[in-house]
Amino acid sequence: MDDTELLARLLGGDEQAFTELVERYHSTLVKIARYYVGSSASAQDVAQETWIAVMRGVEHFEGRSSFKTWLLRICVNRARTLGVKEHRSIPVDTNESGPSVSAHRFDQGGLWSEPPVPFTDAVDARIDRSHLVAEVHGAIRSLGEPQRAVVTLRDVEGLTTQEVAELLTLSEANVRVILHRGRARVRSIVEEAAKGTKP
Amino acid sequence: MKLMPSALVCRDAVELVNDYLDHTLSRGDRRRLEKHLARCDACHAYLDQMRAIIAAGGTVSPDDLAPETVEGLVQLFRRFHSDS
Repeated sequence: MDDTELLARLLGGDEQAFTELVERYHSTLVKIARYYVGSSASAQDVAQETWIAVMRGVEHFEGRSSFKTWLLRICVNRARTLGVKEHRSIPVDTNESGPSVSAHRFDQGGLWSEPPVPFTDAVDARIDRSHLVAEVHGAIRSLGEPQRAVVTLRDVEGLTTQEVAELLTLSEANVRVILHRGRARVRSIVEEAAKGTKP
Repeated sequence: MKLMPSALVCRDAVELVNDYLDHTLSRGDRRRLEKHLARCDACHAYLDQMRAIIAAGGTVSPDDLAPETVEGLVQLFRRFHSDS
């Protein structure tokens, strides 16, 4: 059942629809809130407040954005407010530059001197798929901000660049640059780990 | 007469890969990159790595949502509806 159907049932006070939405989005809300507030407990509180706001506001939801964007926006607004109260500020460093791949991997002419090795090799499955998934998620968690927030929202939660920009109050161009750096960093972390497990 | 766009070297090609995967490259840059990828196995391997990274990022393991958390929220929902 998609969100629109669940929402229609929620309007009628359907508890099962509410439960399904909670199961679908609660973890995402906690993860997003965690970028703004100081503790997991605070993030849980923000997620809970978000659901209360949904119960109160669902009748006024006009469907101009998707339910998911509406929900996440409520969450971000509440988390920001709490983050400000907790005197937390998220440093947004969009000036980070530097190449996607370390310069020493190329020769003077700009050609690979140390080329990338495929992650999955049919003959010698150095990293199998589930291992790769775990490596990538670990690498994302190790990113600094705002890369972690952008890569999580975009690649893990599947939001569009425009949605991420709205949620994090960044320009779309900034989101693209941050995503580019974040993914490049994840690739290099996973590649290093793969080298380490080479037989 | 059409000017030949300058050929890419690998160091520059890798910087275009992310926008290429997100379909935000200009047509000219896309052509230059595709031309390069067609004859460069190493950059092709890089592209495949980035694709694998993005796909793996979107593969979410089941969230550890505690049953008590769901139950707590459902209780709130019931209270809200009995009050209103």
